[in-house]
Amino acid sequence: MASLITPLLSVAPTRALVDEKFKVRVKNLPAGLPFTLHSLHLSEDNDYWEAFGHYISNYNGTVCVSEHLSLGGTYTGKEPMGLLWSLRPVPGSRKGLRLRKKNVSSPLLYTISVYSGHLTEGFRDQAPLASVVTERWYMAPGVQRISIKENIVRGTMFLPPGPGPFPGLLDMWGGGGGLVEYRAAILASHGYAAFALEYINPGEMATAELEIEYFETAFNIVKDHPRVIPNKVGIFGLSFGATVAFYLASESNVVKPRCCVCINGHTIFSRGKSFAEQSGEMLRNAHLIRIDEDDNHMWRNLFLSRDNTLDMEKINCPVLLVCGEDDQNVPSVEIADDIERTMHAAGKGHLLTRINYPGAGHLIEVPYAPHFRVTAFMQSRTQKIMMLWGGQTKPHSDAQEDSWKKILDYLEHHLFSSPSLESKL
Amino acid sequence: MANKQCSVLLSVHPSRALVDEKFKVLVQNASPGAELTVHSHLLSEDKHNWEAFGHYICDSTGSVNLCEDLSLGGTYEGVEPMGLLWSLRPVPGSKPGLRLRKSNVETPLKVTVSVYQGHLTEGFPEHRALAAVLVERWYMAPGVQRIPVTEHNLTATLFLPPGPGPFPAVLDLWGGGGNLVEYRSSLLASHGFAALALDYLTNDLTITTGKMMKNDYFETAYKFLEQHPQIVGSRIAMWGLSLGTAMTLKMAAYSKVMKLRCAVCYSGSHIQPVNGSTEEILNNFLKNQDKTRINEKQEMIWHDLILPIPEDPALKVDMGRVQCPLLLVVGQDDQNWPAFVSAMDIKKMMEKAGNIHLLTLLVYPDTGHLIEPPYSPHTRASTFRSFESRELYTSLWGGQTVGHARAQEDSWRKSLMFLREHLYGRRKKSNL
Repeated sequence: MASLITPLLSVAPTRALVDEKFKVRVKNLPAGLPFTLHSLHLSEDNDYWEAFGHYISNYNGTVCVSEHLSLGGTYTGKEPMGLLWSLRPVPGSRKGLRLRKKNVSSPLLYTISVYSGHLTEGFRDQAPLASVVTERWYMAPGVQRISIKENIVRGTMFLPPGPGPFPGLLDMWGGGGGLVEYRAAILASHGYAAFALEYINPGEMATAELEIEYFETAFNIVKDHPRVIPNKVGIFGLSFGATVAFYLASESNVVKPRCCVCINGHTIFSRGKSFAEQSGEMLRNAHLIRIDEDDNHMWRNLFLSRDNTLDMEKINCPVLLVCGEDDQNVPSVEIADDIERTMHAAGKGHLLTRINYPGAGHLIEVPYAPHFRVTAFMQSRTQKIMMLWGGQTKPHSDAQEDSWKKILDYLEHHLFSSPSLESKL
Repeated sequence: MANKQCSVLLSVHPSRALVDEKFKVLVQNASPGAELTVHSHLLSEDKHNWEAFGHYICDSTGSVNLCEDLSLGGTYEGVEPMGLLWSLRPVPGSKPGLRLRKSNVETPLKVTVSVYQGHLTEGFPEHRALAAVLVERWYMAPGVQRIPVTEHNLTATLFLPPGPGPFPAVLDLWGGGGNLVEYRSSLLASHGFAALALDYLTNDLTITTGKMMKNDYFETAYKFLEQHPQIVGSRIAMWGLSLGTAMTLKMAAYSKVMKLRCAVCYSGSHIQPVNGSTEEILNNFLKNQDKTRINEKQEMIWHDLILPIPEDPALKVDMGRVQCPLLLVVGQDDQNWPAFVSAMDIKKMMEKAGNIHLLTLLVYPDTGHLIEPPYSPHTRASTFRSFESRELYTSLWGGQTVGHARAQEDSWRKSLMFLREHLYGRRKKSNL
């Protein structure tokens, strides 16, 4: 009697944090035949994302993604996590999509399947041989999510489980605005009280009444929180957030961050002006914006100016600079070079740690997140443009994985003090 | 110490896992040589507090790694990465005779793992922990479907693995305590086996008619699986524990309807009126009540009730009739059923009948009756409501915690391998 024997597909662990690795393994296949491993994700915006790799089963009838080579698909080579980081919108999707989870209290769900043969399309029209579901979480069990609205400061505080107190982090994203919680959530899962700060609505950078004092207040909200160690509060910023971090670490009289992690930030800042005014100033140089043949905006030249920059020689705390060499939004490397020169000249070179990632773009995110070279961006509340962020998928994903490890080590070193004796001199 | 703000870092990896998966517990950033207690706490569904703890000394880097370092005392000793789970026991002052069993498999067990300063043995709630994390332990993987089954008067729950299938299946039977116990089935489904948890003692039909189920009830359950569109009808196994094993051996030997691909039998016996109904099998126990022994703690030892091993072939399952691979798992310290001596007799019978090649026998020292999924706490004795008389006793199940914990871990792994081999194996059938 012919009986159908299903291959045994497993993903271990089935539930994990977003920055943890998994092992995808298929057993019980016929030996030496082609198979496709496929991952499918339905986003909160109802878009389908997929990734796939082409494999040949070995003599044992096994395909092991962590150990075997993918011969084609959205990733090639030995890539244990390729089914996640090479995810891209399925053919026919809307343009300029970006995968960002809004609700961090629920996991990202991926359906991992194995198909017969080497497929590149039409996954929906064929039944897989087997599939499993895996959950990827931003929040570890026990992490608390607390909405904050103190005076005008708005955001979400994530507290790790346990009695505390904990080192704190002010977590900021770029000029795109909105309340982006997921990085703060995963940082809390690593033991930091992390505050995801909301400062403008999408598209309002040019109009919002936003002043630098807002960020100083936000920093102090973290510092003064009963479960936070007041002298162990750092700042984590990407893009515009990094710029804010630079200011707070160098020129603010009100706050004293313990350390800063700055990804692809620029140093252009006009003291005493609101961000709307500064935005206006910058856009007077709109002729410096390049638009490519696909109508994608390349903003990097806007930030090359040496006028109105922060005095980085005044930096008073350790700073980790993460730069994507293919950043098309901010000339990250050139700016980092300037910062490095300035700080060394001022005798503060020991405070700076810098990592350059070749082939990485602007949006250096949490590991295994998909890479976005171009996405839709609200330049104003009504104007949507296609923003070129840069980066090539494989090196960008490597940068995300590597930088995150280094960032966590860096934060642990500076914010979780080891009980070594401190000199009283 | 001047700087009191050094934060101890505690991590448990993975923080969400299936109950049969291992975790790594790591303490860092403490003082070198410091004495620490690593503690676990669980609040059960019936609102009892369970805890376990180990005493450690930090190494020169101020770390403790439960995978490598020795516990010097507590509820477990030695290098025991999973000791915080399998040595869980009710906190002092708890009601006696408790057993930890999850009813709702769709939510996880939530275990709080904490680190305390010093080597504590009690009063944990009064001390402030240095750090704590929450760990989830699941009986169900994501994507597993839980389907209540009431067709054909069955009281059962079907668990289907994720994916298109079709899948091999396991008919899953527990023991004389009755009820619909789902957690082993949901775990099996998390490993790729469709599994049907079947209530055959307190099922709806028995409750309403007052009549106990006969063979056809089990055969109906089998046929339900056989005909299910997502189940491979030719690859159905049975898994029993205790009275469930008695049923399994009976069906494997005598059922004309069931063509079991293989059978897994824990903590049971073949001693029963041949092809008797459930009622007759239970009566066999009841009429031997006088052979009950009671120990100094008033715990019931029912081990001798169906002994001695009868010579009369009408009083035990004819093991020569079993035609499928059989995995027998027994604890040498089983005080509830004579599982070990029965296993020896089964072995003799199969050797004589010429089907010994079908038998895989796993015998575990210091192991009691309730051989559960890995890292489950060991229950040496607990309150048991006799199905027949509805009286509450304290039943002695047996086992010593460490040996019993090892048996749970080892037997589960081997049982899964056994099922994979026989239910997923690409067996080339001889055409002779």
